[in-house]
Amino acid sequence: MTAKIAYGDVEVGTELPAQSFPVTRATLVQYAGASGDFNPIHWNEKFAREVGLPDVIAHGMFTMAEAIRVVTDWVGDPGAVVEYGVRFTKPVIVPNDDKGATIEVSAKVAAVLDDNRVRVDLLAKSGDQKVLGMSRAVVQLA
Amino acid sequence: MALDQSFVGRSYPPTDPYEVGREKIREFAEAVGDTNPAYADTEAAKALGHPDVIAPPTFVFAITFKAAGQVIEDPQLGLDYSRVVHGDQKFAYTRPVRAGDRLTVTSTIEAIKSMAGNDILDIRGEVHDEAGEHVVTAWTKLVARAAETVAEGA
Repeated sequence: MTAKIAYGDVEVGTELPAQSFPVTRATLVQYAGASGDFNPIHWNEKFAREVGLPDVIAHGMFTMAEAIRVVTDWVGDPGAVVEYGVRFTKPVIVPNDDKGATIEVSAKVAAVLDDNRVRVDLLAKSGDQKVLGMSRAVVQLA
Repeated sequence: MALDQSFVGRSYPPTDPYEVGREKIREFAEAVGDTNPAYADTEAAKALGHPDVIAPPTFVFAITFKAAGQVIEDPQLGLDYSRVVHGDQKFAYTRPVRAGDRLTVTSTIEAIKSMAGNDILDIRGEVHDEAGEHVVTAWTKLVARAAETVAEGA
């Protein structure tokens, strides 16, 4: 594995470049196909409302996949991620318009570990809502 | 009705091998908008020290969640899947998943809890390659909501 970030260059509090990820109904249909998760709450508004949701929501695993891009883009080698976990706290609500929703992800180094590893804590929001909780990755640096 | 605690620790037989295809990895990376060349370009992946293209970190969920179906659909356990939301997800990787892997998953029920009428089920999926080497462990927390609460999860 070849991380492009050196262990010696980071400290607790080092911020990773934040990113925004757009998500529309089309994005969700594409993700459903690629992931095999065809739960209708992710593409059928009528069904979503019938089970008590305000509208169609993004797959939690889609949000999880977007959030880690802040880490993999920073470190260069996606294989440097050795642990990654999240709690799904709130859904990302995706309206049927030309804008959809946006997932805003920021991250910082929260702990420096042994063996050139660091723990990165992620913050993922959509609108004013925090959509992932306890979102953490352990990354192997150079 | 609360789920039967005697299922804690139960493991299910390993799944048949899932063969990871490079086009499936590409399709997944495109669906999440990720242009990292390690997912699509063999030479770029090799430059990073991998033998072939690798999959994005969350790709393996499709495989482990399908395997968890053995637990979810176990009629003896009696989980009401229509009320299930995904609570937490965690992965611990020995190495990334890569094209050409033939992966089997062994699912184990790690914990069963009941809180405020919700059934909470923790499933651990151990993923091994064809040589029997560990690749990744996936922990999936499923919450079967009490019938009267409103859906909030993802």
